Amino acid sequence: MGVNNNPLLGGDGFITTKVGSLANWARKNSLWPLPFGTACCAIEMMAVFASRFDLSRFGAEVARFSPRQADLMIVSGTITYKMASVCRRIYEQMPEPKWVIAMGSCTCGGGPFDSYAVVQGIDEFLPVDVYVGGCPPRPEALIDAVMKVQKKIDMLGAPLV
Amino acid sequence: MSFELKAALDSLRAKFPNTIKDIKTFKDETTLIVERDRIREICSHFKTEFGFRFIVDITAVDYLEVKTTRFEVVYLLHRYGSDFNENARIRLKVELHEDDLKIASVTSVWSGANWLEREVYDMFGINFVGHPDLRRILMPEDYEPFPLRKDFDVRNREPSKESFKRALDEG
Repeated sequence: MGVNNNPLLGGDGFITTKVGSLANWARKNSLWPLPFGTACCAIEMMAVFASRFDLSRFGAEVARFSPRQADLMIVSGTITYKMASVCRRIYEQMPEPKWVIAMGSCTCGGGPFDSYAVVQGIDEFLPVDVYVGGCPPRPEALIDAVMKVQKKIDMLGAPLV
Repeated sequence: MSFELKAALDSLRAKFPNTIKDIKTFKDETTLIVERDRIREICSHFKTEFGFRFIVDITAVDYLEVKTTRFEVVYLLHRYGSDFNENARIRLKVELHEDDLKIASVTSVWSGANWLEREVYDMFGINFVGHPDLRRILMPEDYEPFPLRKDFDVRNREPSKESFKRALDEG
């Protein structure tokens, strides 16, 4: 983007940019997260949304419980195989473009649950953009993950249509 | 007023001879080993005559390679009283052979036993005869093994993966 305030060109100034970068700039600063909380990590995620850590500082405070209105899925908590099909279907219901954060050890790799029921990492069935380790991660870590998603949108972007 | 558990057990023994196989007491906890075919009657008697209105839990134990009667179904009963010493808790156990995993359902006594029996069926494959809706409660309904049995590998995720794939395909 370039800012031009040449008085010969209107006086108030104007911005030159490409439609794609403008769209990605808007996308990264108004992420609408879908909180897919299944365990204790969800408590920490709620703290991130609430006033003390305040995710709205990054434009991502509008938590949407309908996948059709969300573009960032935050999977926070142990995912069992029975839940995995639900998680996958909800992901598929989200409109493009969309991003996924795997929050906590369980979503990253099964955590302590090396058992018959628990998925050993949600990347078995979801394309994960950012992994956040920790059990649970500190709220700052999730904020960092959201900022990484923003960076990713900025650098790679997504097709306009 | 206080509830006399010992007197209650004596009357129970008189009313149901050859039904209580053993009574064990450990740290003020009383455990009764009950004959399998009479469990529903015993439970009903505990509820109506002794006031054990609350079924705390139903669970099971797999004694593979430990005992010849492989399974034990365990019932935890509670009695509420208006006074502290009228409260009582008791444990009933029923031994089950591996080749005949059937036991009468106690859902007609306590409706709260419904999901507890479903969980025992889900995890151990014990069939509760007379249960109104004996389906799996935790694992997917098309899941094959019984995961809390000792001969099941607790890390075996293949059956779960198959159920997951089927769930995805069916949409």
